[in-house]
Amino acid sequence: MTPIYDKPLSLTLPTLALAGAIFGFFIDAGLGTTFVAVPLVALICAALAYVALNVMPKQREREMRWASIILFAVGGFLVAGLSGLIVAGLFGWFLGWFIYWIGRGRYRGPLPPYLTSGQVLWHYTFRVIVGAILVFLITPIIVVMPLSFNAEDFFTFTPEMLRLDPEGYSLKHYRDFLTNPEWTNAVKNSLIIAPIATILSVSLGTLAAIGLSQSHVPGRRAIMAILISPMIVPLIISATGMYFFYSKIGIVGTLPGVILAHAVLGIPFVIITVTATLVGFDRSLTRAAANMGAGPITTFFRVQMPLILPGVISGGLFAFITSFDEVVVVIFIGSAKLQTLPWQMFTGLREQISPTILAAATILVGISICLLATVEMLRRRSERLRGMSPS
Amino acid sequence: MSDTSAPTETAQSGPMLAADGTPLKKSLARALRRQKLRALLLIAPLLIFVLVSFVAPIADMLFRSVENQIVSETLPRTTNALADWDADASDSPDEPVFEALFYDFFLAQERKLHTRLGTRLNYEMTGMSSLMRQSGRKVDDISDVYFDQFDDLDKNWDEAEPWAQLMGAPDWVAKMEGWEKGDRLPAFKLAPGIADLLPKTAEIYGEFAKFTINEDEKSLLKEEPWGVVHTALYQDLMAADVSSYTGPQAEMLKTADAAVVGFETVGFKDGFIEIDEDWGSREVWTTIQMYSPAYTNGYFLNAVDMQKTVDGPQMRDEDEQIYFTLFKRTMFMSLVITFSCILLGYPVAWLLANLPSRTANLLMILVLLPFWTSLLVRTSAWKVMLQQQGVINDVLVWMGLVADESRLVMINNQLGTIIAMTHILLPFMILPLYSVMQTIPPSYLRAAKSLGATNWTAFWRVYFPQSVPGIGAGSILVFILAIGYYITPEIVGGTTGTFISNRIAYHISSSLNWGLAAALGTILLGVVLLLYYVYDKIVGIDNVKLG
Repeated sequence: MTPIYDKPLSLTLPTLALAGAIFGFFIDAGLGTTFVAVPLVALICAALAYVALNVMPKQREREMRWASIILFAVGGFLVAGLSGLIVAGLFGWFLGWFIYWIGRGRYRGPLPPYLTSGQVLWHYTFRVIVGAILVFLITPIIVVMPLSFNAEDFFTFTPEMLRLDPEGYSLKHYRDFLTNPEWTNAVKNSLIIAPIATILSVSLGTLAAIGLSQSHVPGRRAIMAILISPMIVPLIISATGMYFFYSKIGIVGTLPGVILAHAVLGIPFVIITVTATLVGFDRSLTRAAANMGAGPITTFFRVQMPLILPGVISGGLFAFITSFDEVVVVIFIGSAKLQTLPWQMFTGLREQISPTILAAATILVGISICLLATVEMLRRRSERLRGMSPS
Repeated sequence: MSDTSAPTETAQSGPMLAADGTPLKKSLARALRRQKLRALLLIAPLLIFVLVSFVAPIADMLFRSVENQIVSETLPRTTNALADWDADASDSPDEPVFEALFYDFFLAQERKLHTRLGTRLNYEMTGMSSLMRQSGRKVDDISDVYFDQFDDLDKNWDEAEPWAQLMGAPDWVAKMEGWEKGDRLPAFKLAPGIADLLPKTAEIYGEFAKFTINEDEKSLLKEEPWGVVHTALYQDLMAADVSSYTGPQAEMLKTADAAVVGFETVGFKDGFIEIDEDWGSREVWTTIQMYSPAYTNGYFLNAVDMQKTVDGPQMRDEDEQIYFTLFKRTMFMSLVITFSCILLGYPVAWLLANLPSRTANLLMILVLLPFWTSLLVRTSAWKVMLQQQGVINDVLVWMGLVADESRLVMINNQLGTIIAMTHILLPFMILPLYSVMQTIPPSYLRAAKSLGATNWTAFWRVYFPQSVPGIGAGSILVFILAIGYYITPEIVGGTTGTFISNRIAYHISSSLNWGLAAALGTILLGVVLLLYYVYDKIVGIDNVKLG
């Protein structure tokens, strides 16, 4: 919507030189040199921009971009080997795009024409800030993954890993995770406790959510507050109370005790998701079914259930992940025999810190990605079923 | 419906009728009642389940924070006798209290309850535990004075059977004789009249009999009674006249009755002070007296760094105040975390709400992935990143910003807890903010600017006020979650970055002061429930959204 025109070189070249200087600073840091790469790379970037914008014809943009990638990749390889090639190649790719984005004035394209240059600058600075926050959100999860392939028992990147030397990587932490009985038992316990707790909370929770969604429920607010409370009460307090009470009735340290506790903790999630799904449920459908002669049970399983199933399943996934992740309560009311995966990780982090934790963490991240994808898919499907447009 | 809505001659004059002839109002009420009942029946199983396995434990914990039966259960006679004692009038109570203490204590140490009591009272006054242990070992010193003299008089006084015949009802003794190992032991029954004749002996022997039958499950015909019954018998014989007694073992009793006058005696008070002179100290007795009632506010006073004293609750010394500091720190750090979440979450939510939905959904994954990732994964990731030999320090050293020997300490302190928890709770701030911001039309900002507002004014006077509900919802949610956190502070918090939850956990698993843990938990729960109430008023619990 805004006309795009070439920017003067007095803006483009200093900007490009600045980008080059920043990259040069990292090169200096990596090689241990002082102020060698900064002016050098800045100069290269400015020269490259001059060539691309003023010497080469406009239709040669694609070739110019490739030239930038290759130039930097080769340079990087000569200076720092394989990892240098990758890092510098990426910078070359970024530079090729950046030269044209700035030099040809493309950055003004998506913005309204009346913005001042200060507003434009703020617009992009803001995006960089948000980008940094998103990096903050995601980095811890990303960092764990490569570290879990560390060949040493260190929690940081070894020089071999940074050189992308295959010697620096190994699967030994995964091997330990899959063969060490402490870990395999923990996985087994988690896989016994979580599904049973989930089934318990989903079946009871769905029924109650259906009850709660009817129009005339006395004390609906109070009931809702009680049912949601396991999510609000701090876990340490739930754990304390359960420890006292469950030891009174003699189920501390037993499988039923842990399952019961985890089922209760999962219930709020089932209630919230299923009631949310039921808000959009068209009651005339059940009446129509009843009108055509279906009994309440048939109506429930053939009409209502298929429609609210996405909500039920995502509630179930929430309940599952709650139990699968839960550590505070299980520490208090579990026993050594009932160690779950999070518990094992917790003791591992607190006492004998071993990198096997990182392998376990990577596997758990994989599981949560799958769960996230499933829930997201179900949410869209449910919105489609209810006739809303998926956002 | 169609029947009643079609007006007829009769329907116009009387009430409207349903199809089956009942008045419509009644019929509707019945239908509604049935609907209500069905809804409640659907809810009932879950409600009962939650009440039993969640609400009851919480209630039990609340109860534990004031419960204090242990003193009056272990020392029932002493606490009774002590009720009238005035600590200002005398340093230590009189002989009758010590007499009661002797019986209580002897029975308690036979049942091994005195160490438990010692542990309990030690929370209130250091030294009580060792006093109880010490006295438990030596309380025999007092009883042996009388036991030895009865034993010298007649060896039968140290035998099980004569005692059982003397104290037990004849039919019970007969049952006892017919008892064989493996059967249920017959419940003890006092001989008729013996309780009037020898009241103390009957009481103490009764306790002994109950314990031996119920706990030890041994035959009273084989078990010699505890030494304490001889003391009781001595006191009874000194007071009573047994000449009219004709029951079993009358001869033995009468001989003893004649002999007791010449017995060597010992004062209970002197005996106890001989065992440990702390029994003469006023502090010990005021502590016992203060914790005699079955319910106490002592745990709560401890939880806010106060102390129960004779003159009422008082603050502890400055250097002993740990919980107040801890509460303050928990509050302060939760506020800092909430504030950092607002600071970091607001721009992200703003961008997400203003981008085209396709891009926003993609970026949303970056927010939701941490939300779905296991808490322990994120905590361990932060431990790995923040360590002195960790990733962040390595990068800083590599870039030359920090010298190798002065690596930053970012873990095991408040900074570590704040960084890690801000990261963990950030999605809980972004999601409510996002859903509120989505409803703010972007045209408002443009309108403000076209009316001449600067960028800042347009944001601050037009956009920001409309996003306040989102900030409120997110802040309360983050704050509620933050003040109860346990795992993350435990792992990255060290000693200075821990929360009140960590102290509660410590009291439950290490120091075993459960009452104090319950009191601390109750205070924390109170704060959380208050915030929950506010949240419910502002946002409504039905509006909590996930993902």
